[in-house]
Formats: sequence, C-alpha cells, structure tokens
Amino acid sequence: MVDIPYEGIRGIPPAEVPDVELYHPRSWWTRYVFSQDAKVIAIQYSLTATAIGLVALVLSWLMRLQLGFPGTFSFIDANQYLQFITMHGMIMVIYLLTALFLGGFGNYLIPLMVGARDMVFPYVNMLSYWVYLLAVLVLASTFFVPGGPTGAGWTLYPPQAILSGTPGQDWGIILMMSSLILFIIGFTMGGLNYVVTVLQARTRGMTLMRLPLTVWGIFTATVMALLAFPALFVASVMLLLDRLLGTSFFMPSLVEMGTLSKYGGGSPLLFQHLFWFFGHPEVYIVALPAFGIVSDLISTHARKNIFGYRMMVWAIVAIGALSFIVWAHHMYVSGMFPQFGYFFATTTLIIAIPTAIKVYNWVLTLWRGDIHLTVPMLFALGFIITFVNGGLTGLFLGNVVVDVPLSDTMFVVAHFHMVMGVAPIMVVLGAIYHWYPKVTGRMLNEALGKFHFWVTFLGAYLIFFPMHYLGLLGVPRRYFELGDATFIPSSAHSLNAFISVVALTVGFSQLVFLFNLAWSLFKGEASGGNPWRATTLEWQTPETPPGHGNWGKELPVVYRWAYDYSVPGAAEDFIPQNQPPRATQLVQGAAS
Amino acid sequence: MSAVILFLTVLAVIAGWWLSQQRLTAKPWLEEGPAGDFPGGDAMAWPAAKVGLGVFLAVASALFVLFISAYSMRMSVVDWRPLPVPRLLWVNTGVLVLSSVALQWSYVAARRHDTEGVIIGLLAGGASAVIFLAGQLLAWQRLGAAGYFVASNPANSFFYLLTAVHGLHLTGGLVALGRTSAKMWRGAEIAEMRLSVELCAIYWHFLLLVWLVLLGLLTGWTDDFVNICRQLLS
Repeated sequence: MVDIPYEGIRGIPPAEVPDVELYHPRSWWTRYVFSQDAKVIAIQYSLTATAIGLVALVLSWLMRLQLGFPGTFSFIDANQYLQFITMHGMIMVIYLLTALFLGGFGNYLIPLMVGARDMVFPYVNMLSYWVYLLAVLVLASTFFVPGGPTGAGWTLYPPQAILSGTPGQDWGIILMMSSLILFIIGFTMGGLNYVVTVLQARTRGMTLMRLPLTVWGIFTATVMALLAFPALFVASVMLLLDRLLGTSFFMPSLVEMGTLSKYGGGSPLLFQHLFWFFGHPEVYIVALPAFGIVSDLISTHARKNIFGYRMMVWAIVAIGALSFIVWAHHMYVSGMFPQFGYFFATTTLIIAIPTAIKVYNWVLTLWRGDIHLTVPMLFALGFIITFVNGGLTGLFLGNVVVDVPLSDTMFVVAHFHMVMGVAPIMVVLGAIYHWYPKVTGRMLNEALGKFHFWVTFLGAYLIFFPMHYLGLLGVPRRYFELGDATFIPSSAHSLNAFISVVALTVGFSQLVFLFNLAWSLFKGEASGGNPWRATTLEWQTPETPPGHGNWGKELPVVYRWAYDYSVPGAAEDFIPQNQPPRATQLVQGAAS
Repeated sequence: MSAVILFLTVLAVIAGWWLSQQRLTAKPWLEEGPAGDFPGGDAMAWPAAKVGLGVFLAVASALFVLFISAYSMRMSVVDWRPLPVPRLLWVNTGVLVLSSVALQWSYVAARRHDTEGVIIGLLAGGASAVIFLAGQLLAWQRLGAAGYFVASNPANSFFYLLTAVHGLHLTGGLVALGRTSAKMWRGAEIAEMRLSVELCAIYWHFLLLVWLVLLGLLTGWTDDFVNICRQLLS
C-alpha cells in the first residue's frame, strides 16, 4: 500500500448525505408486524419464502416417491403428480429464490452495505412485503380449492394450461395467475426501493466502484427483474382473460373433449415468447445476487481481496444486458422459425464468456489465499462446483442440435437443478451462516453446520449428477410413470430409486439446519459485531443486531473499497471500509 | 418482440451513458481516501422520489411496450378484424390533453409560489382525468351496445385490454394526485409540495404520451409502421 498523506481527514463532516426522515414505530404492531424498517421486512420476507419453500420441498419428496417407487403409493395419482411439478417449480423459482434473494437479502443488506439508514421509500417497502404475502397466500390457497392447484407445468403453456383435462382448470389456474400478478405488483414496489436506494442513498465516499459485489449483484438483478417481470405480467393477464372471458389471445381453435371450443386464432407461440422473455432473465435474477454474495463470502473467508473487481462488475452488467437476448433458447422445439435458433444459440454461448470470467476470478481469489474452511466458505466452494457443473451442461443445451433430442428428458431437469436450484441454494445457505450473527448477534452452531453442508452438498450431487445419465438414456421428464418402455433399462429404474432415497435423506437433513437456526437464536455463542473480521459496512454498525436507523448518530464515511484483506503492512488482516487512511498509517507507525 | 428489443436498446443506451459517468474504469484498490478526491461517485442531484418515478416510468413503459409487442404479433393472424374506434375517443383524448395541461399549469404556479394556482390546476387536472375515465367507460358501453364484445375478436379484446390497463394507471395516478391536493388544501407549505406537483405532472405527461401511442395503434394509424417493422424482421 502506498502511503499518501491526507490532510484534514478528521474534519470531514459525515452528514453531507441528507438524512432520510425515518418513520419511528410507536407500538409493537408497527415495530414488528407492520414495520417499515428494511431489516424487519427482510426477516418477514425470508421467513415467508422459507415457509412456502418447505412446502415445495415436500412436493419434491412426493414426486421422488412416485418416480423411485412407481405404483407403490396409492395416494399419488397422475393428476396430482402434475400438480406437484407445477407448484414445486413455480414456488422454488419465484416465491422462494426471487423473494429470498431480492426481498430478503436485498432488504437486509442494501441499506447496511451502502451506509444508509433505511430504504428510501419505507412505506412502499412495507406494502411490498404485504402484497407478496398475499400472493403467497393466494398461491397456497390453491391446494384447498375444488380441483386443486393447476397442473399445467411451471411454464403454464397454453392451450393445455386452461383446457379441461388439465388438473386445476376450474380454480387452480385462475388463482395461479392472480397470485403471479400480485407477486409482480409487490415486487415492483420493493424493486423501486432497492434500485433507488443504491442510486441515491449511498453514504459519503461510497462510489459505485467501492460497492461490495453483493450490492452490485442484487442491484443489477433488480433492474433486470423490473424489466422482465412485466412480460410475465402481460402473459398472465392475457391468459387470465382467455380463461375467464373467452378471449383468444393465446388460444387457437381446437376441439376440446370432443366439441369445438369457443377459441380461435390465438397464438400459443406468443405466450412462449412473453413467458421466456421473462423466464430467461429470471435465471440471472436468481444467479446475479448469488454471484455477488459468493464473491464476498470467498473474499472474506480466504482473507484476500477479490481478484479482478472491475472485471467482476463489468461481467455482472454484461450478463444482465445479454440475458435479455437469449430467451428463445428455451423454445428450440416450439416450432418457431428455425434460423432464430442459431441467433439465440450464438448469444447463449456468448453469455458464457462473462460467466466464465467470474468463475476464474473466484478461483484466482482462492489461489494462495488464507482459506478458512468455515461453514459459509464451504457452501461458497460447493456453489462454485455445482455452478460450473450446471453451466457446462448449459453449453450443451444451448446448441440447437443437442437440445432438440435432449429437451424433454431428465438431462434438462438435471441441468437446471444444478445451475439454478442447487447452486443458488448453496449461496442462500452460505449467506445465512455468514450473516446470521449480524441478524441475531449469535453464531450458528458450526458442527451442525458442517454436517448440514456435507449432507446437502454430497446429497445434491448424488441426486442430480446421475440424473444426467437418465437423460442421456432418454428417460423423459414430466412423466408420472415410465411404464414398460424397452429403451429404458432396469438399471435406470434402480437409479431412480437410489435418487429418491438420497433426495429424502437430503430433505430431512434440512431439519438439522432449521433446528440450528432456532437453537442458536437462544443458545448460540455470542458473536460480537464482526465475527468474520470483514471489511464491509454492515459489520461496522455500532449495535449488533443493528438498531433502528442502523448507524446511531452519524452515518459512516467510506474511505476505501470493500476488499482490503491482508493488506501488506497493515496491523490487522482486514481494514474496514470506514477506517480513515490516517488511522491505518498510525497503526503502521506503531507496528514498525 | 422487435418493439421490446428496440425499447430495451434505448434503455441500454441511457444506462450505458449513466454508467460511463460513474468511472467504472477506476481502480478502487488504489484509491484510498475520502470520495471528494475521486469525482463521479455522487448520487444524482435529483431527489430520490424523482429518481423513483423515473424508474417506475421505465417499468410502466416496459409493460406497455410488451402489450404493444403482443398486439403486433397477434394482429398478423388472419382472424383479426379491426373494430371501428368510437368517435368519443377523440373527445376523451382532448380531455386528457387538458388534464395534462392543467397539471403543467399547476406545476408552473408552484414554481411561482402561487398557492391558488396550484390548487386550481390540481383540481382541474384531477377533474378532467375523471371525465376522461368516464368517457372511456362510455366508449366501452357504446362498443358493447354495437355488438363489439370483448371476446368476439382479438382486436376487440386488445382494445378493451389496452384501454383498461391505461385507465388503471391513470386511476393510480389519481390516488397520488388526490393525496397531493388534500395536502395542499390543508395548507401545506408550497415549497414542500412543489416536488409532489411536479411528479404528478410528469406522470400525467407520460400517460398522455402512452395514450397517444395506444390511440395510434388502435385506430390503425400505426399499422403501416408496424407492417414495415415486421417486414424488416422477417
């Protein structure tokens, strides 16, 4: 580090960022329930998302029971199987991952990491959560309405999504659309907050290039989500009108149950375009916050600055932009104009470049780092491995000629669970182990955490890695049972049974994690304010857990980037972002 | 989807221009010290609410552009029968223009610290927006009476859908306008209210612009343009 003398640093008034007028809660209700504090909203979002996510987890067990041991369980029939698939996919992608990364981590971390007192529009932020909760309740209610939830698949393709014969045609599909519309309205309210807070409420000294990558990831993902979710909104509204009013936006003329239906002329392909115009950015809406968080976890727990910070930022922005022009690679088999496919294959392969840059940078950050194999670090490493694995199969599927034979097989299921299921969940879990001390003031139990990691990581690998082979054999996805197809050898059936056993084991091992969360809340070791000796602002709050308004009397002033770990000559192996240069020099003087 | 791609390109240019002002090529690991030494990292001079409205307008534009994309894709199918747009829409358009003008007037008055002018402008703008919405409902009723039902043709479906979405956005705007007017009525300081009035005016101009585009689409004025775009693509 070059020593440059700075004069008059002590005299910098921190109050040049105009203080947000904070709403001060006056009762228990406004403090903990209808709270406008981003930290409380974050916890509300996280708990709601986790609760509905557990429902989706149970649904996956039921599917695995059926796939592993077909014909054994009389309480699962073909219709229910389709309903389980639909709800599992929809909940996991939208109501769990999107809500948890943006609503949960976004709300908690953005104000703390940029040095703000709260989000810029706290009231709108509160509304965002309650609309989200309403969306979740509407979605959950479909389990109890006549006909049950929709079984249209999470992509909800018309025409089958709203025709009789598809389970949930009466109520399920209507409530599903309504729930999605509500979710998007709620998300837009929250998303405005996340974007404007990053733009306008950064504390003094927090330039864009000093932001931790977590904030960059969440910020870019939010911008993408704000532009992509309207496509799902449009698709949902129009499909809802097709179902309720009998319009023909998407519905072609067809014979339904032996009679000519009232529909005519609509274009199912139009729905697919709209859906995937949302659907592909959605992959990165989930992935970019994960990229950002994992960068911070790796840097902190390897005690080393992130390799290629600028590249990381540029890659996040580039991925965000490119992800809007790859959507039709989900539609190679839809019957669209074939040459489109080659355009989208090209853009899909191009997006692998910034993604690969990020992976290299993570690995190079680890290179010769002082790696602490803490639980968050283990999950971060697990993420890299599963993400690389899932990303490579993505290169296969991005090519039209490979995708066409594989697209309806278990290969696709294995691919997207690796890249979009397991990998982000690894980051979510790692991030919970990392920030739990800040949220509660107590550490999670490490032994239980390590047990949880190894079972989850190895288990997830044992579930999804063999699934690629099933796909290559031609085992189809979405099928209730395989029957006596001759091309499926008996070994495939045994493999399915094996996967199911592992899936149940991994599923139940999550109970250990839930127990750890609850037990450590009361009995965990006290963590202090900065247990990981991290540099970013959220660890420098005067109180832990941070109080209302986050920063006590004065906002912090930022003097450096977020990754000053193991700086040569510094007294400690980390220098917090709000530590003035002079103080560093004084320490250096004392040390020498 | 060409309209969406075009729209996103415009947004990307704006975002790229903004990012280019943010010193993304800086080497933050070398730049230690207070930010004053490193220009370009400050928040925008605009108040947060104005930036928030800007972001919201981008989201709302994305929504309308996607509807327009769907419209242009669906209208190329043979069963499309354009419906005769009721003349009433022209009257409604005039009323909406008046509404926008009134709010602009209110904003100008706010800058001149003319409390009475602000209140008159807000009320006139709000009243004409309500008249516009009533006029739209009347247009729906006339179309229904003439046998153009929502499900009888995709052109009709889109007519009802687009006018409804636009109307809902205007209704949302009326809530904000109502709150602003109420505060003014109760005697809030004009300096505090100037921003609210300005944001209402911006939102109204945006909705007027959206309405003009939608009107062009629904009356078929933009058909030629859409056709050219489609030919360019295929």
